Amino acid sequence: MSLLYISIANRLLTYLNILVFQGFILFGVTFLTLNKISTVNLILIMLETIVFKAVAVPWFINYVIKRNGITREAEPYLPNFVSLIIVTFITVATIILSSSIKDVNLDKTFFVVALSTIFTGLYLIVTRKKIITHVIGYIIIENGVFVLSLAVGNEMPMLVNLGIMLDIFASVLILGVFFNRIGDLLKDPDIDHLRILKD
Amino acid sequence: MIGIFLIGAFVISGWLLYNRSGFVNYTLLAIFMALLVIFGFYEFNHINIKELEFFKPDAIGVLLLVALCVVAVPVIIHGYRYIEVHNVDETPKSRGLFFGSMVLLISSCSVVYLSSHIAVTWIFIEITTLSASALIYHHRNLRALEGVWKYVFICAISITFVYIGILFLSLSLKDAGIDDMSFESLYANASKLNPFWLKLSFLFIFTGFTAKLGLVPMYTAGIDAKDKAPAPAGALLASILMNAGFVSIYRMYAVMSHTSLQQWANTVMIVAGLLSIFVATVYMTRIKNIKRMFAYSGIEHMGLVILGLAAGGIGVYASILHIVLHTLIKPSLFLQYNQVYWVYQSKSIYDVGDYFKYNKVGAIVIFLGFISATAMPPSGLFISEFLIFQSLFEAHNILILITVLILLTMIIWGFGSNIFKLLFIPPLSIDETKIPKISSWESLSQFILLGLAVYLAYNPPMIFVNLIQDAVKLIS
Repeated sequence: MSLLYISIANRLLTYLNILVFQGFILFGVTFLTLNKISTVNLILIMLETIVFKAVAVPWFINYVIKRNGITREAEPYLPNFVSLIIVTFITVATIILSSSIKDVNLDKTFFVVALSTIFTGLYLIVTRKKIITHVIGYIIIENGVFVLSLAVGNEMPMLVNLGIMLDIFASVLILGVFFNRIGDLLKDPDIDHLRILKD
Repeated sequence: MIGIFLIGAFVISGWLLYNRSGFVNYTLLAIFMALLVIFGFYEFNHINIKELEFFKPDAIGVLLLVALCVVAVPVIIHGYRYIEVHNVDETPKSRGLFFGSMVLLISSCSVVYLSSHIAVTWIFIEITTLSASALIYHHRNLRALEGVWKYVFICAISITFVYIGILFLSLSLKDAGIDDMSFESLYANASKLNPFWLKLSFLFIFTGFTAKLGLVPMYTAGIDAKDKAPAPAGALLASILMNAGFVSIYRMYAVMSHTSLQQWANTVMIVAGLLSIFVATVYMTRIKNIKRMFAYSGIEHMGLVILGLAAGGIGVYASILHIVLHTLIKPSLFLQYNQVYWVYQSKSIYDVGDYFKYNKVGAIVIFLGFISATAMPPSGLFISEFLIFQSLFEAHNILILITVLILLTMIIWGFGSNIFKLLFIPPLSIDETKIPKISSWESLSQFILLGLAVYLAYNPPMIFVNLIQDAVKLIS
């Protein structure tokens, strides 16, 4: 649902609220599915989903938006209606795709959600004009990857867990730091300014 | 030894970041170089002995590690020259950051070569992204920012792709009832893996690592990076970092080669390789920026390497030889480019010319580098390219072979017309009084690297051939 909503949402603030919402959903889902995990692991996952995904990242993006005085419009290249149709199409396509897969080790529902989230994230990156929406699209992809790792294994080995932590750590750190810098150098952060390097 | 090396490298890198004294800075660099060479020497003598559970210096890893040592030492020395002599606006802070990230990049690349576990490879590839982005952003201007932003974003997405690929790989492992994700267990149990998930996983991992190797689809980030990074850093990005991508893809392909999916993987790689050569041709025939031209030449060579790998037979041997020789040749072009920039203060082909007049020794390096990079006969790459063509011929890929040959001819034309403009045709307007005198010693390291490439190709020592043959054995 939240994916459909983000495809038509116009204001950046709505995007952030959706991120928060997704963070909580992720926590709920993990909590319900991982019933045989240790307390330490649970705390780690809770830290990651609630504190990190639902609070810290949206807060940070909000801070960047305020600091750089980014306008609230999301400025998509395509009209919202088309976006809505495309995202619906992505979801339907992944459902069809996953119904053709037969595998006992795979949780179908999660697989559908994960794939559609990843593709919607990619779609968002391609069709939005602002750099900050690219970052948001990337974080949505990350959420999709998180769900995918749930789909792949219920016991969730420590390695996968560690991988996600590292993934988020590096991506947000890098994206965040550089976005701060971009804001300093460019008063109007549109990707149109980042078109000098080409052949 | 890997543990000692890693701890040492991290300590040195961290110390460099916070240290402000020039003397300490360069002492640390000297210590690091010594450590690196000792490390390379040690691993060379301890092939195939597992260390710290996740690392195993096998033939391909050791081969690339030794190549890294050979390249890294001159690059660090030129980095020192770059910072000290010709950059007036350097501060102790920016210098520390530059060398700190350079040390981090070199050491994480060398660990990637030796890692025998896909997750460890993934973690250190991520560290290379981090350190490379600090190097690209060295000049702190708008264009460097654009380059680093694109690099970071594309690398972040491709590293996520690799992660998705690893998840799929773990699915396919689980179907086979294995939970050990080291490459050794993957090779041993390859035939038991679920083919559907393995296919998906290879596709994602391959796409992800193309950002480092420099192939279609993710090659774009690397071009901007090599253009905007200072030339010594560009030399690293164009050689050892590409090798890190290569070794990861090579290991994954080795897993595929033990299954029935090898043919399918070959098709994927041929498509990627051919498209890369095509893209390189398109840009190299019309490009006006010398540094970017070198970067696109790297894309072309990586396309050839992956074609050789996919063709199989003698092609696998040729592609490993090709990547080692490319590691020696490309940095020498980038290092020499630095002097070109000191002379003309411009990257555009319109502002340069008559380089023979202003820096005779350097011009000879550019000329020899051009011959080497386009694989004309005295060049070492001639041997490996010839073997790659032979393998394509033997694999009955005649149509691909003809296409590649036509594209390569166009590349030589584009590359050559720019290089000869740089070397012989006088520039339109130039203030000759401002041109600095460049010492011939600056070109020494490039002569050594280029000469080494010729030597290794035409008179390879037995041990070098044996290492490559051992590396080829990974692929059945």
